[in-house]
Amino acid sequence: MKSNGFHHALTFCKETCVGCSHCMKVCPTQAIRVHNGKAELMPNRCIDCGECYRVCPVDAIKVEQDDFDFIFNYKYRVALVPGVLLGQLSEEINPRQIYSVLMELGFTHVCEAETGAEILKHAMENYVSKNPDIRPLISAFCPAIVRLIQVKFPSLVNHIIPMKPPLDIAGLYYQELLKKQGVNEDEIGLFYITPCAAKIAAIKSPVGEVKSVINGVINMDFAFNKVLTTIKQSKSPSCFVPSDSYLSPQAILWSLTTGESSNMPGRSLAIDGINNVIEFLEELENEEVSNIDFLELRSCDESCAGGILTSTNRFFTAERLRNRAKSANRKPDKTEVGMEIRDFNDYLVDHLKIEKIEPRSMLKLDENIKGALEKMKKVNELMEILPYVDCGICGSPTCQSLAEDIVREEAEVSRCIFIQRILEQKGTFTQQESIDVMKEIWGEKKLDKDLK
Amino acid sequence: MHMHFEVEGGNFSRAGYASSEIKKVLKKLNVNAQTIKRIVVSSYEAEVNIVAHARKGKISATIDNDKIVLQCNDEGPGIPDIEKAMQQGFSTASSEVREMGFGAGMGLPNIKNNADKLEINSEVGKGTNVKITIALSSETN
Repeated sequence: MKSNGFHHALTFCKETCVGCSHCMKVCPTQAIRVHNGKAELMPNRCIDCGECYRVCPVDAIKVEQDDFDFIFNYKYRVALVPGVLLGQLSEEINPRQIYSVLMELGFTHVCEAETGAEILKHAMENYVSKNPDIRPLISAFCPAIVRLIQVKFPSLVNHIIPMKPPLDIAGLYYQELLKKQGVNEDEIGLFYITPCAAKIAAIKSPVGEVKSVINGVINMDFAFNKVLTTIKQSKSPSCFVPSDSYLSPQAILWSLTTGESSNMPGRSLAIDGINNVIEFLEELENEEVSNIDFLELRSCDESCAGGILTSTNRFFTAERLRNRAKSANRKPDKTEVGMEIRDFNDYLVDHLKIEKIEPRSMLKLDENIKGALEKMKKVNELMEILPYVDCGICGSPTCQSLAEDIVREEAEVSRCIFIQRILEQKGTFTQQESIDVMKEIWGEKKLDKDLK
Repeated sequence: MHMHFEVEGGNFSRAGYASSEIKKVLKKLNVNAQTIKRIVVSSYEAEVNIVAHARKGKISATIDNDKIVLQCNDEGPGIPDIEKAMQQGFSTASSEVREMGFGAGMGLPNIKNNADKLEINSEVGKGTNVKITIALSSETN
């Protein structure tokens, strides 16, 4: 797949941003710089993990979502609901009540996003046994992790199992189900209620696919508020209540940490939290890790229960999903929704593969080694004079990243406040020049304060 | 460009540091991912050999436009029979080292499989010098 740039669900609102640099400091791929007092994103480095969104003190980082009315462009409007939405609401609220509210909002069908987990599980088991030469194999479930591997660990891209997540399988299933009932494909709108930004980016510019089967996204915080308000305000939902659905305990737990690894044969490991994942992938790349068959890697702490668009405590969400899984430990009734998916098994298995995932390293200083070596020499020379304090006052997250920005001609060494002092001492830099540089990085406002 | 690392014998918690640093540089140089892997495997094995067997050692990496040369010199027991040490599965590692997952007798054979050129000089009672040369090529995509 050719693409001229990567779609990002996270956008920085310049009007709201106060240039505090919290986001720049936590970004795991060093994709943020401060310029003119505002945070700016380097699109080729961003993996949409949302760590910046978590720490922004003024809500200047927005997660894009489709206008809700967009769903009415379709005659058949399917809400794909992930378990973590249910897990966020009190156990007194029945899933059927939640579906009923979603239908009151305008959806015509509700399908649980994990409905396809069983089919995927078997396909993944198959892939693991048919590819004994690649170990460990890594799940493609978390889109932020897929992007992380592409930009930061390009040598590991062939370890990713090239398969769609359960969400896409649920979408394909519902599409086929409606088509079987005589509905035209272009009348069907599939909408995912997303707990995170990375899923949005994955739907808008999928990796290993030309176009996603999902038509749009609704942010989970929006859906959560709608559902809760409606339930609080009216005791009994007025519209049609859909029949109960059956999900296996494995499917219910799929989006939580160990949800995949506990199902996979061989030796598996589950790691959550983007920094834990990075640490582990460094070791894996160094060949310090061996004899692991399968890796489940999730960007958020507690996986999707800790997604940036969730509203309740992640541990309670996880607990509720575990309770739900326990009570689902019974033989499903044949009339329940979720059982028909077996009729589409062959079609779904045929359509769950994605194309090869391409590396797109963000680390290289130059395309060829000769050029990169020259640039690295300059970086090392700069590191001799930079202070190694990673204060971020230059607008880059670390001294090393400033040095690399300078070599790429995106910054000047005079941005470093320590270098400024040294140059002033030597008489080659004036106080005014130093003020001008600071204003260029942090904007007029920060240096325009009235001290008395 | 040159990089130097001091390696401390017996300090397994730090084993892998030099290889990791070398890897970071190679990624920035846009070296082909498969080549990076071969280099990292070789340097990691050499580093672990120093940690497991020697009192101390040094690893230096010299990178130019078309190759990397890793010099791994240690002060240690030396290798009495290099040919034997090159056999897969041959190991003199202690049981403690084996319990930690090292010393499976794969080190030198593994380096040989991954390196373009491997030279070993050793003097019993003094130490071992391992010189690894691997050709570099840029990422093709």
